[in-house]
Amino acid sequence: MIKVENLHKALSGKQVLKGVNLTVNKDEILVLIGMSGYGKSVLLKHIARLFKPDKGRVLIDGIDIGPLNSRELTKVRSRLSFLFQGGALFESMTVFENVAFPLKEKLGLKKDEIKERVLRELDQVGLSGAEDKYPSQISGGMQKRAALARVLVWQPEIILFDEPTTGLDPIIGHAILQLIAELHRKRKFTGIIVTHELHRVFKIAHKAAMLHEGVIRAVGAPDEILNSVDPVVQQFISGDTEGPISYR
Amino acid sequence: MDFIRKFGAIILDYVSGMGLMAIFIAKTIVFALTPPIKVLNFLKQVRFVGAQSIFLIALIGSFTGGVLALQGYYNLNRLGSVAFLGPLVALSIIKELGPVLAALMVTARAGSAITAEIGIMRITNQIDALEMMGLNPFRYLVVPVLFAAIISMPLLTSIFDFMGILGGYLVGVKMLGVEAGTYLGEISNHLEMVDLLEGIYKSLSFGVIIAWVSCYKGYYTGTSGYGAEGVSKATTQSVVLSSVMILIWDYFMTALLFHGAS
Repeated sequence: MIKVENLHKALSGKQVLKGVNLTVNKDEILVLIGMSGYGKSVLLKHIARLFKPDKGRVLIDGIDIGPLNSRELTKVRSRLSFLFQGGALFESMTVFENVAFPLKEKLGLKKDEIKERVLRELDQVGLSGAEDKYPSQISGGMQKRAALARVLVWQPEIILFDEPTTGLDPIIGHAILQLIAELHRKRKFTGIIVTHELHRVFKIAHKAAMLHEGVIRAVGAPDEILNSVDPVVQQFISGDTEGPISYR
Repeated sequence: MDFIRKFGAIILDYVSGMGLMAIFIAKTIVFALTPPIKVLNFLKQVRFVGAQSIFLIALIGSFTGGVLALQGYYNLNRLGSVAFLGPLVALSIIKELGPVLAALMVTARAGSAITAEIGIMRITNQIDALEMMGLNPFRYLVVPVLFAAIISMPLLTSIFDFMGILGGYLVGVKMLGVEAGTYLGEISNHLEMVDLLEGIYKSLSFGVIIAWVSCYKGYYTGTSGYGAEGVSKATTQSVVLSSVMILIWDYFMTALLFHGAS
């Protein structure tokens, strides 16, 4: 369903991606791991075509999304959703308005149906009662859950999660991962999760990949990655400061 | 050699920036001329750019008219032409000071805020979120500001003009003793429709400049720096560039309109 071929990208003169190859099959959840600042979010933004590659291509269901015009891109994006690291909630809108926004503007649904779907989704993420609050009036965890509700409310086929649990306490973080797993069981979607929470996320994933120095260093089932003999992968998983990865 | 390379990079940067600005306004015009128009966003911007600027514009307008009358009275008195105080105040304000000062005030008050708001939306991925929903950020963020500025600027300039003439009247007639009939009568003798139109045309074009620069600088906030620093830089650049463009464009508009009228 998602295929990345020989993707290259330089940002501010630095070569971030140096030939990434990756495949994610339909209804599969892939966990993308790697050192901070090594281009995981950049890769995700290429899959969403928020960035254009310098070289290489991204295919969604066999369609190269690089050369698409805005109308064709809108069609592809109607199946795709992105949970941004900070949530990216619209600050001038309440939680309800944020979640209702894509239903109203994109799908043009009627008021009653919007209300029903928004309240159901907010209940699903444990935010019942917070619908009239503004993003600045709720905690970081609640903001992430509201953003998740907005991502899920129009039931996309592909969801890209950029560090969905970063900055949250372990309980809320775990709850969000459980929610993603539960929704995947119920609704089925293809997902890529960028994260540093290896052990918990590995439980809900079908596949894992490690991005290191601009290329996919390892890819396979979560257990294969956890038991990898590659010293780079092992050092990253164990969190050792000594090893082939230099953090300085 | 290194100097030449750096100089070349700066020139290239400026040229590509200008190209990007040109593409930005071209895209804005295309989306402004094609439906759907986001009416609610437009009304919000009219309220912010127009309605909420009225008090400031009225205040600056009345004091500008007052100081013009004060300066004009003493200088005209030396020449024995105090009767022309009314036309001096009215023509200066309607043709020049009204549109320019109103535009500079709106730039400082609303233009800077628009850049900061769109800039924050950029760095917090809110614009990306709009795109991911398959929605066009130009229609939601830029086109409403353009329409609001085009509608608000002539109205604000008219308020500035009225308050300026009133301020001049209070200082000239009530404080300095010029005859009320002379002040107002000479204005109607010397003021022509073409003078009023000059002010209106200028204010319309200044509205386009304010919307263009403030939205452009906010939309491309990431290119001038990152995070809060990027937003602050973009806001400063927006106010400076808008002000410079308004003053330079004012010269060309005056030359063009004056030539057209003569």
